[in-house]
Amino acid sequence: MGNVPSAVKHCLSYQQLLREHLWIGDSVAGALDPAQETSQLSGLPEFVKIVEVGPRDGLQNEKVIVPTDIKIEFINQLSQTGLSVIEVTSFVSSRWVPQVAAGATEISVFGAASESFSKKNINCSIEESMGKFEEVVKSARHMNIPARGYVSCALGCPYEGIITPQKVTEVSKRLYSMGCYEISLGDTIGVGTPGSMKRMLESVMKEIPLGALAVHCHDTYGQALANILTALQMGINVVDSAVSGLGGCPYAKGASGNVATEDLIYMLNGLGLNTGVNLYKVMEAGDFICKAVNKTTNSKVAQASFNA
Amino acid sequence: MDTLPKQVKIVEVGPRDGLQNEKNIVSTPVKIKLIDMLSEAGLSVIEATSFVSPKWVPQMADHAEVLKGIQKFPGITYPVLTPNLKGFEAAVAAGAKEVSIFGAASELFTKKNINCSIEESFQRFDAILKAAQSANISVRGYVSCVLGCPYEGKISPAKVAEVTKKLYSMGCYEISLGDTIGVGTPGIMKDMLSAVMQEVPPAALAVHCHDTYGQALANTLMALQMGVSVVDSSVAGLGGCPYAQGASGNLATEDLVYMLEGLGIHTGVNLQKLLEAGNFICQALNRKTSSKVAQATCKL
Repeated sequence: MGNVPSAVKHCLSYQQLLREHLWIGDSVAGALDPAQETSQLSGLPEFVKIVEVGPRDGLQNEKVIVPTDIKIEFINQLSQTGLSVIEVTSFVSSRWVPQVAAGATEISVFGAASESFSKKNINCSIEESMGKFEEVVKSARHMNIPARGYVSCALGCPYEGIITPQKVTEVSKRLYSMGCYEISLGDTIGVGTPGSMKRMLESVMKEIPLGALAVHCHDTYGQALANILTALQMGINVVDSAVSGLGGCPYAKGASGNVATEDLIYMLNGLGLNTGVNLYKVMEAGDFICKAVNKTTNSKVAQASFNA
Repeated sequence: MDTLPKQVKIVEVGPRDGLQNEKNIVSTPVKIKLIDMLSEAGLSVIEATSFVSPKWVPQMADHAEVLKGIQKFPGITYPVLTPNLKGFEAAVAAGAKEVSIFGAASELFTKKNINCSIEESFQRFDAILKAAQSANISVRGYVSCVLGCPYEGKISPAKVAEVTKKLYSMGCYEISLGDTIGVGTPGIMKDMLSAVMQEVPPAALAVHCHDTYGQALANTLMALQMGVSVVDSSVAGLGGCPYAQGASGNLATEDLVYMLEGLGIHTGVNLQKLLEAGNFICQALNRKTSSKVAQATCKL
């Protein structure tokens, strides 16, 4: 399951950002850093799909509101990098039909493994949210529109603290059986460490096929790449990230948010894994958006490469 | 995670590797206070200073005063860097009980850094090691550029193994393998360690990962999976990278401790006190911390 055509996800933000842009790009060979050997650890997937969430998760959590034309230019630049999935979605609500009419080719639904988080975030219980998502996902599927499911707080919750792997599995399974083609497991507040990542994935992988899983690690405590490495070692081959590590953390003021796509690609290239993404072009897009929103990049690769 | 060590010894290099590579110089009392705070935080090895000529490293000019001025807690060692015999003698005179020497797995790096070949550097080290043995002083060896060199590029695992083996056989009790410019990634770390572990027992090895490209913690995790149980890090991630302007340097001790605690690995470190030490030195240096854990916990 899960053969979705490479496409840019469209969105209708409340500012009515709309660009009809179905992009099916050629695979651009990942540019290897000249100092790296292609050494492959055994047991790792050969190809890793990167889901770029900068324009959505990233910009949404930045203090500055980004003008529409900058957003469009940013997305256009990302489209030239080889990234096959660039998420620009907004939240699904009962008003999603106009989004579809406007050309959306994919939707996302956001669940959580924590009751408190669910209540505070979308003002309903997990059970109620699943009911709503089920309607939306089923209707989308009737129209041949794929749905991606997200599970927040997969490794910890800002309100409840510890979240059991069983709960994550339960929620993931609901989303998967209602028709989501892929479930992105999110360490929303970045508290996870390789041990908790492993335990959570072991549980989820008993119920959901590996090919339908993704990880979405936040770098709030600097653990993201170590957690992603752990996920890769378990066979996960879809990873969410954000160019320049855009997006802070709304639960820890001053903290960082998403893992930087540049740093992720650097690691994957070094591991000899194929991504289809050109690191240098991603760095250029990152440089563009950082200048445009007047902020320093959170990507260490970018910091090391663009002289301060 | 079944093969991870149950405990990890953290070698805190902030006061030396960290401060040495910071733009701003801090006063002797500040250095002493930092080291005392790190001692209170439960670290068992704190690299205190470097007995190198102030001409080359002005940040470490007060090495004797620092070593004499710090509180020496029982159970904690305070190694100091000694690039040559002269530095070694000055260190011993100032009360040093442990010293560190720096080799490299790259000829060009050795040439540019200490103006001699790798073979010649071994001769210099031999003098220090012999003197140290007579004086009952432990010597820790470092190998720089183990995952890549700013001048040579790729470094072969075999070369790293050769240099490491030599330092170990000369009498270094532990060898710290340094990804000096942070270019390494987990696969390359694994290849390098596989080669080295054929020559030197894992218990005598440490890793010293720089976070220049954000890879330090992932590389450290790989090393732990391979059986390494000694990790170097720097409070607040102090120390930039002299080879990539604007880039970051050391792995932040706070972030390392966070991961190890999450893995249930014993470190003996009190994270709260460590954060306080990091906060103190960053204020003194007038810089922001490079530790993500510190950034997340700081309410400012």
